[in-house]
Amino acid sequence: MNAPNSFRAYPDERGHFGPYGGRYVAETLMPLILDLEREYRAAKEDPAFAAQFDDLLEHYVGRPSPLYYAERLTETLRDGAPAGMGAQVWFKRDELNHTGAHKINNCIGQILLAIRMGKTRIIAETGAGQHGVATATVCARFGLPCVIYMGAKDVERQQPNVFRMKLLGAEVRAVESGARTLKDAMNEALRDWVANVHDTFYIIGTAAGPHPYPELVRDFQSVIGREARAQLLDRTGRLPDLLVAAIGGGSNAIGLFHPFLDDRDVKMLGVEAAGEGLEAKHAASLAGGFPGVLHGNKTYLLQDDDGQIAEAHSISAGLDYPGIGPEHAWLKDSGRVDYTAVTDREALDAFQLLCRVEGIIPALEPSHAIAAVARKAKEMQSDSIILANLCGRGDKDIFTVAEALGVQI
Amino acid sequence: MTRLSDAFIADRPALVCFVTAGDPSVAATPAILDALVEGGADVIELGMPFTDPMADGPAIQAANIRALEGGVTTADILRIAKDFRARHPLTPLVLMGYANPMLRRGPEWFADALRDAGVDGVICVDVPPEEDDALGPALRNAGIDLIRLATPTTVGTRLGTVLNGAGGFVYYVSVAGITGKQQAQQSSIEEAVARLKGATDLPVVVGFGVRTPDQARAIGRVADGVVVGSAIVEIVADHGTAAAAPVAAYVQSLSAALADARKVSA
Repeated sequence: MNAPNSFRAYPDERGHFGPYGGRYVAETLMPLILDLEREYRAAKEDPAFAAQFDDLLEHYVGRPSPLYYAERLTETLRDGAPAGMGAQVWFKRDELNHTGAHKINNCIGQILLAIRMGKTRIIAETGAGQHGVATATVCARFGLPCVIYMGAKDVERQQPNVFRMKLLGAEVRAVESGARTLKDAMNEALRDWVANVHDTFYIIGTAAGPHPYPELVRDFQSVIGREARAQLLDRTGRLPDLLVAAIGGGSNAIGLFHPFLDDRDVKMLGVEAAGEGLEAKHAASLAGGFPGVLHGNKTYLLQDDDGQIAEAHSISAGLDYPGIGPEHAWLKDSGRVDYTAVTDREALDAFQLLCRVEGIIPALEPSHAIAAVARKAKEMQSDSIILANLCGRGDKDIFTVAEALGVQI
Repeated sequence: MTRLSDAFIADRPALVCFVTAGDPSVAATPAILDALVEGGADVIELGMPFTDPMADGPAIQAANIRALEGGVTTADILRIAKDFRARHPLTPLVLMGYANPMLRRGPEWFADALRDAGVDGVICVDVPPEEDDALGPALRNAGIDLIRLATPTTVGTRLGTVLNGAGGFVYYVSVAGITGKQQAQQSSIEEAVARLKGATDLPVVVGFGVRTPDQARAIGRVADGVVVGSAIVEIVADHGTAAAAPVAAYVQSLSAALADARKVSA
């Protein structure tokens, strides 16, 4: 159990993180949400559930993922830093997971819950397609039919992932409503769910949505932070000075941060997508949004004065969402975690830097984290440690990057 | 007695009609509301457009988009309501929509604005009883009914949870799904209405998927009211700024069907 005054003791019994979170759903879904919460509590107490989850993470996903000291990146960043400055940069290599991102951790956990609840059909939303691919993967693994909702605009710009999902046996439904991107895919998944509550489980891809999703997604993703904490202690005998992770909905970040929240000396930095700049089109809900209610939870949202939701923009489709998980909203207000934002251009520079100096092609999502690492490392002593989450690999992004760099491939 | 409770004392089921505010334009909405009253609507449900109407089917989604593209604001909706109240002092007016536009300036601001505009009740799709604190106390303090939704999944002890704090009427969502799609089996509606009426003295109104006068009449034999939404919104979509006359004619056909609903025993 968590000690009193712990940052790890949330949400409360009603699913609230301070004023955020909650269960803002239509009445049709409410009984199912309550069932899910009961079943999740039971699963948490069940050693057999944990054993199956851990076994699949080890043998199917390939965990633990390595913790890697990025020596050349560290040296490169020190080149531009004052003497004695330039923190060591370490990466948690969740891009080496099966399917190429952290998303699979959560999908394994949720499909085990779905099976436990006797559900026979899976739905999910996806933006870039990473969560859709991860969901289609676990559905193939467990033999459950799978429908993935994806904004029609995202279907056009993420064809390789659409084909991957189809190969894995999923039905991909292009969503033509609204702006035809991630939030519209989520609306359509909710419409499907409300009409099929009797047999359908909705695998939400990030630590957002109605309670208990933010909690259970965080718990499934916390394997990232637990491993990283033990690995860094084992390798260096100490905790990191700073954790850095990119944030769309915020599942890889909360997965890294949560096991460290009560380590008071470990600072944390969440990195939102500043798109074309915070004064222009962006996806930084904390930096440029206000609290509101969308998709089942209260959190920071990009919205206008009348509460109409704004379109988000990021070069990274995985960060292209006008909201953020409610625990991040609360961690921001409480001051425990700092948040910053990185533009498309800065992320592209960081993407290329990591390719060149470390031989790692990162996804555009963690490229935002790497850009923030590059800023921060120079301000920190050379004996300090930054641990960043490399939450996805960049194979899916090479077409986007080529286009942004004006290269024809 | 309130305007809302008075709407349910007639010897026939009440006709509740939904349209989206600002669809097809802010300027055209008052005439469409007048057409609903002229056609015989007993309660007006005025939809507050939202960019992300996740409980709505294609017809009302499209209406939301038309209204927002037409530039409708919260201030416009409040003015539409206030002007309606001035023209129709006795017809109850209910706002229906989603939490975020309602809560944007705070629940007290919203409740005060509704009272000032003469709005009688609110249906908020995504504030369930578990989150009542977000909206319910402010509305009740302002004397505005918070109308709760019951659905086919509202069973067992949950019905009591839904009814606690409910006002105006109980809106039975007859299908587990989104607006304007399939219609529920008459037998399941009858069973649910009987169950609800056994648990509350509030009028029980049935909606989702009701399109024809015959459907409305059948439901009206057992329920205190019938909601028709998507079918009216589709007429607005087809006729635009000239929608008032065909809307009035269609609503007339529904109210005529409800007028004799109780003459045939269930």
